[in-house]
Amino acid sequence: MNSENLRKRITCSGYIIIILFLVFLLRLWQLQVLEGKRYRGLTESNRIKVLNIAAQRGIIYDRNGKSLVKNGPFYSVSIIPGAAQNIDVHALSSLLEMSETDIKSRLSTDVPPFETIKLKEGISFNEVAYIEARRSDFPGLIIETDVTRHYVYANVGAHVVGYLGMPGPEKLKSFKSSDIPPNAFTGKWGIEALYDKQLRGTPGKRYIEVDALGRQLKIIREDPPQKGEDIKISLDIDLQRKIEEGFNGRTGAAVALDPSTGEILSLVSLPSFNPNLFSRGISSSDWEALNRNPDHPFLNRALQSQYPPGSVFKIIVAIAALDENILPAGFTVKCNGRIRYGRWVFKCWKRSGHGVVDLHKAIVESCDVFFYKTGKALGIDTIAKYARKFGLGMPTGVKLVHEKTGFIPTTGWKRRVYNKPWYIGDTYHAAIGQGYVLVTPFQQALMISAIANNGTVYKPTLIKKTGPPEVLRKIVLRPGTLETVKEALRDVVNERDGTAYWRARSDKYVFAGKTGTAQVIRERKGKTRKETPERFKDHAWFVSFAPYNKPLIAMSILVEHGGHGSSAAAPIAKKAMEYYLDQIDLAKNQANITGERR
Amino acid sequence: MTAVSRRALRNFDWLIFGLVLFMSISGIMTIYSATRVTGTGEMPDFYLKQISWLVIAIITLLVCTSFDYSWLSRLSLPLYITGIISLVIVLVMGRSGMGAKRWLQLGPLNFQPSEFFRLVFIIAFAFHLSRLQGRLHLGNIIKAAILFLIIPVALIIKEPDLGSALILIFVFFITLLIRGVRKKAVIILIVIGVISVPFLERIVWSQLKDYQKNRLVAFVKPQIDPSGIGYQIEQSKITIGSGRFSGKGYLKGTQGPFRFLPEKHTDFIFSIFAEEWGFLGCFLLLAAYLVLLLRGIDTALKAKDMFGKLLSFSIVIMFFTYFVINVGMALGMMPVVGVPLPFMSYGGTALISNFAAAGILINVRMRRFKLFY
Repeated sequence: MNSENLRKRITCSGYIIIILFLVFLLRLWQLQVLEGKRYRGLTESNRIKVLNIAAQRGIIYDRNGKSLVKNGPFYSVSIIPGAAQNIDVHALSSLLEMSETDIKSRLSTDVPPFETIKLKEGISFNEVAYIEARRSDFPGLIIETDVTRHYVYANVGAHVVGYLGMPGPEKLKSFKSSDIPPNAFTGKWGIEALYDKQLRGTPGKRYIEVDALGRQLKIIREDPPQKGEDIKISLDIDLQRKIEEGFNGRTGAAVALDPSTGEILSLVSLPSFNPNLFSRGISSSDWEALNRNPDHPFLNRALQSQYPPGSVFKIIVAIAALDENILPAGFTVKCNGRIRYGRWVFKCWKRSGHGVVDLHKAIVESCDVFFYKTGKALGIDTIAKYARKFGLGMPTGVKLVHEKTGFIPTTGWKRRVYNKPWYIGDTYHAAIGQGYVLVTPFQQALMISAIANNGTVYKPTLIKKTGPPEVLRKIVLRPGTLETVKEALRDVVNERDGTAYWRARSDKYVFAGKTGTAQVIRERKGKTRKETPERFKDHAWFVSFAPYNKPLIAMSILVEHGGHGSSAAAPIAKKAMEYYLDQIDLAKNQANITGERR
Repeated sequence: MTAVSRRALRNFDWLIFGLVLFMSISGIMTIYSATRVTGTGEMPDFYLKQISWLVIAIITLLVCTSFDYSWLSRLSLPLYITGIISLVIVLVMGRSGMGAKRWLQLGPLNFQPSEFFRLVFIIAFAFHLSRLQGRLHLGNIIKAAILFLIIPVALIIKEPDLGSALILIFVFFITLLIRGVRKKAVIILIVIGVISVPFLERIVWSQLKDYQKNRLVAFVKPQIDPSGIGYQIEQSKITIGSGRFSGKGYLKGTQGPFRFLPEKHTDFIFSIFAEEWGFLGCFLLLAAYLVLLLRGIDTALKAKDMFGKLLSFSIVIMFFTYFVINVGMALGMMPVVGVPLPFMSYGGTALISNFAAAGILINVRMRRFKLFY
């Protein structure tokens, strides 16, 4: 009986064993046959990793073919993740000259699988040699070579050329994921950002076999990267440098255009910054310093700062008066240094007065009284209409940064915003470019360029184009209007009484221009210029074009707290335009010489 | 006597011998494939070591068939005491590895006492049970538990070797039940078991090392996965599944050489085998194990005495438990408990111990006829 039961129990356990084997077999069928295809795919993706090979970024050239950037090697010490646990941190810290805590914190950073952990970036070639010789003591330690961007002219033109940086997460999302390696630097500012897509190129792909520790075993296939496009921009880097040097450390902005094409020859905003600081991630102390700088180096003053145009605005008032034909022939004003309106007194900048002044003389000597009266005759809304014709108070369309549009007041605006009527005094202020009127240096350049080019305004561009320039607008005025104004602008520089005669007149070329002084505070009571603190000094304007007969360059210059336009801004323009025209002559002569030889 | 030997030799079970040889040769081939190092061309010598272990194991098996197994009953007490002492020694002066003290250094060899002990345990326990009369009552069970369960399990858990301890407990109770227990005692055992589960749970949990806790947590809630245990299970499933119906082919597997699967030549050897040989190969391998176990069951049925029956049955249950825990883990059906797959996993002591067990199985089968007395 007992042994019979024993038999039964043993036999029964045999059946249990068979059932369990069937369960296992079913599970195997599920994993290997039903889901096998998926798992096979997973082992492939386990084994094969796709790495991005950074594409060489396109080179940015200036209009004369000078390269503004270079791609140079950039070395860093990294470690493959699988080896990080076993590394001798103490020995490593003396090899890399880093603190142990610094190394440890880097070792503990989370990196995506199959990426390396960067320990030290930007080491010199000598350091590479030194570390390479001792690398065998540190399994898993590798030297990675990368490409970095070197900005040849450093601070010069930094606002235009821009710099690179790590793309933010939201920007990364906007890229196609395959298009851009996760740790790649992309354009953050200036041309680098604006034309990032062209410059970036297409990264290559390297298919490698890796093991679970991320060790590369062999390269299966490699799609080479495609270098980014080179870009030739319209900037003349030497002219840019000339202008920046002219500022001699002062803050301000300058814009130089080719009036016959709209090409931007120079775009200066000072202070500038060194884009090389950003090439491989800016250190936090450098970033702090730049951000704390009270002069705001990242502000592009040419497009983002608004100033009262000062006497430069008289050009607009003069054009309006001529086009509206409100001045009778031979109209003159007697300037005795002031004008009364009710109980207010409006002064001319020249205390002793200009005497009898016609339009020509009013522009040449910048007589305020003449323009008070002319402005009053025109009315603010008519002046505003002409200001807009010349692009003041309107966006210029330059996409380099988010530009400010400036401001041109009207009677309607004042009633709407302040619920106050427009006073004649407001018109007086506006007519000499003070008060509510605000412009950017770029708008001023575009305005003077329009005059130089007889009313045809080309779309400002930063790219050196080969095709015909794009017309932005044509300003149609009564015949003779622009000629009259241009003659006056010529004489501002070339007549002995002209406001820019002493500072801007050139022996070689005929310049035309207009000085301006933008008041920072309304009245300087009883203080001479020298006693005024720097930050309350007026801003100095100078707009100009040259040569007078066939303008090749038009500029606006603003020197912050520079004082009077003729003394601070005009000499910079003179030097810059002489330099630029010299270069063109030189090129022409050379072309002639080579032509003769043929 | 010589006549007996000759007759016994004629009854040598070539099936069991052939099956375990097939398994261990498959094991060596899989160890070779799993430990390849791609890229460098170097070849670790795991497979060579395992081949030499196999030679020793075969000799051990033959030795284990050469004497009448009833001699073992006489040796069971000294063998068992030696086994317990070796477990104590390993705790005192054992060599640590992977967070556990499981090995004894004997000259150039590493010896794993718990592998030796489980065989000794089976012999002594089977002998002990075979001498008892009738169905077992509670007193018998408590005595057996004190002698054969509590002491060794406490020592093995202390190493800690959770897998071996669990298998020991399982073999203990199954063998008891097969031997025959009174109904009343069964009910009391179940009641005690149910009541003591929470206490035992707490005691066992507090004894577990962190990695063992993680394994259990990872099995219950893989998504929590505190230390990548879920990764092991997932990689094992991927490895097995990627073999598909007919396998990637021998030496074509990637999961082992590329180190995606940890413990590839020990605990996860089945996964590597499955990757290269596919469902077909696994079917064949499973069939081999099933036939071996059923042959063992058959031996237990046919053995001439109670000692032989219990001896062969508990050997079958031990093989079976190792197999189920190991393959169940590889298939993602059980928590990760690091136990080797009998006959296939890399490891000398286990291979020799398993071959010795197979030898005893053959021995019992050879001498199943009550003749010539």
